[in-house]
Amino acid sequence: MQGLSSEIWISVRLTVALAATTTVILLIVGTPVAWWLARSRARWKEAVAAVVALPLVLPPTVLGFYLLVALGPDGPGGAIAGLWGARTLAFTFEGLVIGSVVYSLPFVVQPIRNAFEAIGDRPLEVAATLRASPARVFWTVAMPLARPGFLTGAVLGFAHTVGEFGVVLMIGGNIPGETKVLSVAIYDFVETLQWREADILAAGMVVFAFAVILAMTLIEKRMRRAGS
Amino acid sequence: MNGTDTIHVALSGSLDDFDLDVAFDAPGHGLTALFGPSGCGKTTILRCIAGLNRLAGACRIEEDIWQDETRFTPTHKRAVGYVFQEASLFPHLSVRDNLLYSSGGRVKPAASNGVGFEEVVDLLDLDRLMQRGPQRLSGGERQRVAVGRALLSQPRILLMDEPLSALDRQSRDEILPFLERLHRSLAIPVFYVTHDMSEVERLADHLILLDAGRVVASGPLGVLQSDTTLPLALQRGAAVTLDAVVSDYDAAYGLTRFDVRGGSFLIPGSADMPTGSRQRLRIGASDVSLALEKPASTSILNVLPATISSSRALDDREIVMVLTLGHDSNGEQLLARITRRSWDLLELQDGRPVFAQIKSAALAPRRLPQ
Repeated sequence: MQGLSSEIWISVRLTVALAATTTVILLIVGTPVAWWLARSRARWKEAVAAVVALPLVLPPTVLGFYLLVALGPDGPGGAIAGLWGARTLAFTFEGLVIGSVVYSLPFVVQPIRNAFEAIGDRPLEVAATLRASPARVFWTVAMPLARPGFLTGAVLGFAHTVGEFGVVLMIGGNIPGETKVLSVAIYDFVETLQWREADILAAGMVVFAFAVILAMTLIEKRMRRAGS
Repeated sequence: MNGTDTIHVALSGSLDDFDLDVAFDAPGHGLTALFGPSGCGKTTILRCIAGLNRLAGACRIEEDIWQDETRFTPTHKRAVGYVFQEASLFPHLSVRDNLLYSSGGRVKPAASNGVGFEEVVDLLDLDRLMQRGPQRLSGGERQRVAVGRALLSQPRILLMDEPLSALDRQSRDEILPFLERLHRSLAIPVFYVTHDMSEVERLADHLILLDAGRVVASGPLGVLQSDTTLPLALQRGAAVTLDAVVSDYDAAYGLTRFDVRGGSFLIPGSADMPTGSRQRLRIGASDVSLALEKPASTSILNVLPATISSSRALDDREIVMVLTLGHDSNGEQLLARITRRSWDLLELQDGRPVFAQIKSAALAPRRLPQ
């Protein structure tokens, strides 16, 4: 029992660390992408949007396969790993973070893009006529007005990363404390007929998902009331 | 046009399938109205002056060149104040923070043009709105904040794009006196886009008539109003606005006397207007009738000697004419519209001295900037 619960806790901690790291990176990477998609008049921007959205449609195994190739010793991931003397990024925590960033990208970019688009041109034009430089317009008008989109994006990105399974299995495998996240642990418990442990984790995930959705809805409602 | 014209705008090109080709000069003071039907390019001109849209051409505000063949200053480096049709306040900022957005939240003392935080707050009566969010303001209050916010960016020119058109009648009546005050107390030139002639008559000093992306005419308001070659003088509600000085108040009858060049008018009421103050009168073309001799007995208060300067048939029933007040023809000009039958019956013709009878009720004093 003692051993089991520590095994559970290790994967919970790992999952939270993965989801948190991924979410922070996604907010940093996804915001400029979302801003560009919302504001650019380039004709090919919808092609870029489609690439960003691919993980929504692709089977996780397909995505996982390509990520495995890219992260492996012969891919760019291997080259990066070489910087600190490792052979590959596959089957490492860092590799999982990269995979999760790609996999959850649309869940963060889409709501932020929508929020940026919902602002419209007017507030940005007003700010420009009040001598605000484009950078100041972005930080003092676009970002605050898009706040609900950032909240939705962060929560969806986090929750989606917590729940990912296919991609993790393909590129991370099953290394306790390194790549064995919750969803993989549940799978393992079932495989080894440890139903009780699987049940605890699965029920925990249900409660987590419910709490996330409820909290997000309530916070968004409050933000909208405050903002309009 | 002349030495006092210090604002020059020339723009040509097309934007969203709309062709614009305009060039005009305007004085560096007072309110210049850009007037014309919807879709004539008024807003596009304003947006180009602000640098929000770009067409080929030139834009110069006094010595500041914002656009010419070689340069195009981006919006945030142009000293414009822009008031949009909808107030467009930042919803995430309080009234105070909206007002102080251009100065990064700092309250600055009045600049040389007299525009400081206290002055603007006072002028637009914003004091009690300060801590509120824009959501909790009425339409008129929002637009007042938007005007104040634009002024506090210390603009060289204030651009107003139909600032009243999104408001209901009541809010409009509430905000117009503020615009008049603004106009009177600030030295900043204003470009004011509107398709509402009553706003032009009430506020404008200078007028640019636009139609289908072209300038039809440009000049001082009174000159354009009484030019029968322009559509303004021919329309149903044609009127002239006259600069007048309060000269006398008859307390017994409650009548105020207003002097204009070449004559004077008596208007009921207005006891509160100090003698010597300048006001603006509006006289509709259809409120002026003519007599050949001074009528001996009439209830009409204002019967003024005048001379027919020019005339033009509106159709086969009506004639519109320009009258010059006084019989020595150096006074202000009025418009009069009468039937062709009366014209023939009285044997009227250009140059003929007449008496203009103006119904008192048609005289509406408007404040004029000092």
